[in-house]
This record gives sequence, C-alpha cells and structure tokens, in this order.
Amino acid sequence: MAYKILIVDDEPNIVISLEFLMKKEGFEVAVANDGEEALAKAASFAPDLMLLDVMMPKKSGFEVCEALRADPQRAGLQIVMLTAKGRDTEVAKGLALGADAYVTKPFSTKDLVAKVKEMLAR
Amino acid sequence: MKAKHRFILAVVVLGLLMTGPFVVTSLLVWLDMKDAERQMLTELLLSRLPVGTIMTLFGFVIGVLVLHRLFKHYVEGLLRMAETLRLMLGANRNFRVTPEGPPEVQQLARAANDLAQQRDALMDDVETQIAAAKASVEEEKNRLAALMSELAQAVVVCNLDGRILLYNNRARLQFKALAQGPTSVSGGALIGLGRSIFSILEKNQVQHAEEVIRQRLAGGKAAIANFITTTRGGQLLRVQMVPVMAAGAEGAEAAMTGYVLTVENITRSIEQEAQRDQVLHLMTEGSRSAIGNIRAAVTNLLDYPDMEPELRERFLRVIEDEVAKRGQSIDQTMAKFSDSLKARWPLEDILGIDVIAAAQRRIEDKLRLPTKTEELDDALWVKADSFSLVFALVFLASRLQDHYGPRELRFRLTSEGKLAYLDLIWAGPAMSSETFYTWEMESMHAGGETTPLTLRDVIDRHGGEVWYQREKAAHRAYFRFVLPVATPEVVHDDERARGSGRPEYYDFDLFNFADKSIDLDRRLSDLTYTVFDTETTGLEPSNGDEIIQIGAARIVNNRLLRQEIFNQLVDPECPLKPESIPIHGISEDMVRGQPNIDIVLPAFHEFCEDTVLIAHNAAFDMRFLQLKEERTGVRFAQPVLDTLLLSAVVHPNQESHKLDVILERLGIHIESRHNALEDALATAEVFLKLVPLLEEKGIVTVRQALEASEKTYFARVKY
Repeated sequence: MAYKILIVDDEPNIVISLEFLMKKEGFEVAVANDGEEALAKAASFAPDLMLLDVMMPKKSGFEVCEALRADPQRAGLQIVMLTAKGRDTEVAKGLALGADAYVTKPFSTKDLVAKVKEMLAR
Repeated sequence: MKAKHRFILAVVVLGLLMTGPFVVTSLLVWLDMKDAERQMLTELLLSRLPVGTIMTLFGFVIGVLVLHRLFKHYVEGLLRMAETLRLMLGANRNFRVTPEGPPEVQQLARAANDLAQQRDALMDDVETQIAAAKASVEEEKNRLAALMSELAQAVVVCNLDGRILLYNNRARLQFKALAQGPTSVSGGALIGLGRSIFSILEKNQVQHAEEVIRQRLAGGKAAIANFITTTRGGQLLRVQMVPVMAAGAEGAEAAMTGYVLTVENITRSIEQEAQRDQVLHLMTEGSRSAIGNIRAAVTNLLDYPDMEPELRERFLRVIEDEVAKRGQSIDQTMAKFSDSLKARWPLEDILGIDVIAAAQRRIEDKLRLPTKTEELDDALWVKADSFSLVFALVFLASRLQDHYGPRELRFRLTSEGKLAYLDLIWAGPAMSSETFYTWEMESMHAGGETTPLTLRDVIDRHGGEVWYQREKAAHRAYFRFVLPVATPEVVHDDERARGSGRPEYYDFDLFNFADKSIDLDRRLSDLTYTVFDTETTGLEPSNGDEIIQIGAARIVNNRLLRQEIFNQLVDPECPLKPESIPIHGISEDMVRGQPNIDIVLPAFHEFCEDTVLIAHNAAFDMRFLQLKEERTGVRFAQPVLDTLLLSAVVHPNQESHKLDVILERLGIHIESRHNALEDALATAEVFLKLVPLLEEKGIVTVRQALEASEKTYFARVKY
C-alpha cells in the first residue's frame, strides 16, 4: 500500500509543486491550507508523514506539531517542517517540539524526496 | 591723666620751684630772728618786694613759655602723630605723617612713614597675587563653562544628592525635547541648577551606577559606569557616569563628591537599527519561501519535461507570479527603508549654502579662481559630510582649471522633493563623458592636498549622485551633485534675546549644599526660590476672574537664573475684559488654543517643587492659585514671601510699595514690564536687593522674614 502524505501550507505556489512531486513518487497525497485543517485531516486522512509549513494563518506549524505530538493516536506520524525561518533558534525549536526533520526554504526537491523516502523506510 | 591736666600740674610745679625755696628759706630765717631784726627785715624787704616779685613773675612767665613750647612739641606733637598713625593703620592706608616739630619727633615720623611704605608694598604685592589667582580661577571656570556649552553631548554634573550643579545647552535641549505631557509647557525647565536629576532619570539606576563606580574605584579600575534608561515618554537614553573626586585628595583616599553624566538619546539610532534588521529580515527570510516556490516549480519542469501542457503552464505561472511579487517587495523595501540603508556614514545636517560658501573660499584661496553664485536656496539643509563634499568640489574645480581654464565658476543650489541639487557651473567647450568618468574614479587631489578617496566614493558615501550636463543655449555646462535633503530639528534658541552674558548653566558652590529642602531657619540667601507673577482677566479672583499667564524664574544660591524660566499663556475659557487688554497686552487670539489651567497649574507646581515662592503682592496671586486647588488637585503649600511686604519692612516710612516705585527706589533698571515673566524677573531683582537690607534690620532667616512681613500694615489687606 502506498504511503500517505499530508501537505500543509497556505501558499498554493508551493503546494502545487509538492503535490505534483509526491504524486509522481507514488504517494497518496492530501493537502491542508492552514493549521486547523491540518489537524482535522491528520485525523481523517491518517497520513504516515506530514510536510508542515511553520508560518500559517489560524495555527502556526509549531502549534500543529505540538498538538499532534500530544496525541498518542498519531504517535507513528513523521513530521517534516518546511519553513522560511532559517535561524538556528527556530530550527532548535521545531526539533524540540517534536518535528522529525526541519527543512529550510528554498530546498532542493530531490533532497526532499530522498529524505521523505528515507524516513518512511525506517 | 589728660595731657591738659599734666600741663597745668607742670606749671604749678614750676611756680612752686621758683618761689618755694625762697619762701622756705625766708620762713626759716624769720623764725630764727629776734623782733628787732624782724622789724628791720620787714622794712628792708617790703620796700624791695615789687622788684623781687616782678623778677620772679618774669622768670615764671619765661618758664611757663618754655614749658608750653616743650609740651606742644613733644607731648601734643606725639599725640597727633599717634592719631595719624592709627589712621594709616586702618581707615586710610595712603595717609602719611607730616614730619614737623623738633628733629627727634621728625625722625620718628620719618621712620613711621618708612614702615608704612614697606607695609603698603607688601600688601599691594599680596593683593596683586590674590587678584591674579582669582582671575585665573574665574577664567578657568569660564573656559570650562564655554567648553561645556559647546559640547555636542548632553552633560550634567550632579552632587551626591543628585542635585544638578552644571548642565550644558545640549542637555537642556535634550531634556526639553523629552518633556512630555503637562511638563512640556514648562519648556523642559525641569533641568535646572539645584534641581534633582531624579526627576529625569530613574533614581535606582543612578544610584546603582554610583555603586558600580565606588566598587570600581575600590578595585583600582577605571571609574566609569553605563546604563540605559527609559524616560516617562518612552525614549531610550544611554547614560555614562564618571565620578567627580574631592579636590586635593590623592589616590585611593580621594572621596567621590559628585558625578558627571553624559546623556545620549539613542531612541532614534535604536529605531534605525531595528529598521535595518527589518530590511535584512525581509530580504533574507522573506525571500526564502518565494525562492523555495520557484525552485520547486523549476525543478519539476526540468525533471519532468513530458508533463501535460496544462500542468506545465501552472508551474510557469507560479514562477512568474513569485518573481513579480519579489520584484514588488524589493521596490517597497527600498522606498520604505532608503533612509536607514543610506545613513551608515555619519552625515551631519548642514545648510547647503554653508557648504557652498566653504567651497568658494577654498577655491578662491587655493586655486585663485574667482567664484560667483546664482540661484541659491538658502533654507535648504542637506545631509552631508561637509569636509569630503567640499574637497570634491575643489577637486572638480581644479580639474576644470587644468583642462579648460574657465575664467570663473558659479554655484547653484536648488531642490526637488527629497533631493537637493548642487551645481558647479562653468562656461566653455563640451567635455567628453569619458573624461568625467576618469575624474570620477581617480584619487582626489587639489591645491596640494590629496586624499585616497575618489569622487565616486564621496558620492556613494552621501547616497547621492553626480553627473555632467550641458546648457547648450547658455554655452556652458555644469556638474550636478544630488544630495539627500535633511529636515533638521528646529531649535528655538531664545537665550540670546534673554539676558546678556553667559547663560547660568553652572554653579559649583552647590557642591557644598546637600539638603535643599525648605527649612524656615535657613538664611534667606541660601534658599532656592521660585519668583512668579500672573496676569489675570481682572482683579477679582472670587468673582470669576481667571489666570491668563504665569511667568516665573528661579533664584538659586542668591542668583537669578534667567535661563530657568516658566512662561505660559493660559486659556481662561471665558472672554477677556476689553478694558484689561491694554494692561497685560494679551489678546483673545493669544490665549485661545493655549492649554487651560488644569494643564498649566500642575506643570507650574512641578516647576516650584522644593522652593519658597516669591511674588509681589503675593496675596493676590496666591488667591488665584488657591481657588484652583480643588479643581486641579495641586496645592501650593510652600512658604510664600511677598516683596511688597518685605519692602514695607525695610522702608516702613515710604508711602508706596508698588513694584515700579520700589524698582526706582532700589535703583533697578528694567527694560520692559507688564508681562508676567518680565514682572517676575523684576520682582526677583527686587528680592535680591532686599535681602541685604533685611539683614541690616536683623532679619536673616525665612522665618524672621515671614514674621516681620506679617506685622506690617499692608499684610492686613485681604483679597
């Protein structure tokens, strides 16, 4: 069965690329446009991995990450944070809040795909 | 015994000496004789008695004359000399004894005169030395004060109680700018000699800095402390403190007697810093996601060349969209932050015409090339490093002179929006843009001076531009310098108009004054006073008349401080009486829009803090203030001295104690009157003259002055 990936970002310009890419790699893909939707879809879609943007309306990526990590049902979910915030302090915060990986924009799509595959293979 | 009595005694003794031996001898002979012999002797003597008597009298008179002469010369002469010597000793140093009388007395007089001469020479010498020392101390003080007042930093010197002993003009302006809310009507006067620095700076922070300095002193380190504090208005101040050590003491034993504070308002530079951060952030973080979006889209396009045309179209749109947004955001950033991006090099605000005048002087001086000016905007301020800018102008002039030999150069200064145009114009043949390009890029040298900077460097430093342009019709060309226009803070400096001489920004005698709070048993000359006057709509405070102006000045250490004033018009919120307008010279439109008494009175109250109030006919002014106590919630509870009553104390027999009359009586000349501030200043002068006159009457302390005032007739008049 194909792995399920949830893409969470409020910017359609990146969502379109990520969605295309992940589908090409053979994953089952769903998209959420803000933090609240992300939490709802995390429950209904039950993804294996989440690509999570930090800067979003309603709930930030940090908040979403925290909420998911507090939910024992979502224990197996892998979270990759995608963010334009590249400071060391923010990377540290993301990882501390329970993200499995932290990718700073702009990123190489090849690297991202490789990372996602590697994480799912674990 | 008086000299006269001694003379009489001497005459009596003389008489006795001349007659005594004869009479005694005669008596003894007489007692020894028989009757017949006595009979014979009597006859013999009686017939010759007149001759003997005359001879005796004659001898006696001569004796008396000799005696008188001796007496006059030696006794009276010496007495007179003693008196003149006393005179020389005290009242009149220049008096000398006239040598007269017998030679011995004359010699004595000469010796005394010589002694006096010697003493005078010594005293003159000492006095000259004292005067010289005083003059040099005074000169040093003045030099220090001048130096301080010209400093670009705000400097305040305080004693250990936080009382201000010295401040400079920059400090005054800075704290004036800081004054917020009701205090702003006092013109930032909260900085003042003898005032507490803690009304401006946080007391804990100042004391902490003091402690730090003490510790550093004890540890033998450089005694300096820094702190950053926020004012009530939210401004950020960076304060540096260095100690003032007791004079004369050496090394570690020296005690700290006060401190010097250097205050810098860093609000603006912090804001600029923050703005730069924001720009950086926008340019870095802000670009990340856009470039991320583009990169992902581009990679997809490259990696999957065979995707459907519709999808390809969508990826291309993403790229176009992101690039367009990025471009826009860069434009916005540049527009918004251009000022803070440019101002890395310390540029000062300078009048454009000052730059031109400096350049003209140097060109005429160094190159012997005449210059003229054309259209000059003399109110145009530019942001410039005037030294390098003038150098650049002289450099261009020198190049022009070498290559084209123009007969004269002209300057023009105009502006357009935020840009100032400074043109260097000459008449002559066209030059190639390549030539100008080489000039732009070479190290500048002119009139024997060189700099590693190029014209381009100078232009970049200013965030400006320069180009070459021809005015074909006029057969001439010009170099146009474009510089950013500056909008300098307008500083109203009314000091020069008020009072002559150096502003009273310092008083080192305050070092010796610790506690300045009001103690009624202190000497009148030792206290701090606020002398004030009000102008009102009329004379009946209880009948609805209102204050329309309050003027006040401070007396500190027996000196009237003309710089530390309070001068505020007040909107009475009722119509002015037409008949009163000629008296105070304040018209309706002057008071409308001014703060009302609810704002002014608390500010004035703050201005008066810790001082004794003085007013002429104070009962009248105080009545106005008291009627507002309830409404404004400020109470003027400090002691009040009335110059009218004090004048009546000093001159109880004079009929009038009107301010004008007193001014004339005390020989005080005042230029203009009948405005609250001028009258307050006049009242202050009167008070300062009254202090010594009161002292002559034994009225030395404030308590005595208040008691004496109460007893005068005028004190019974009530409002």
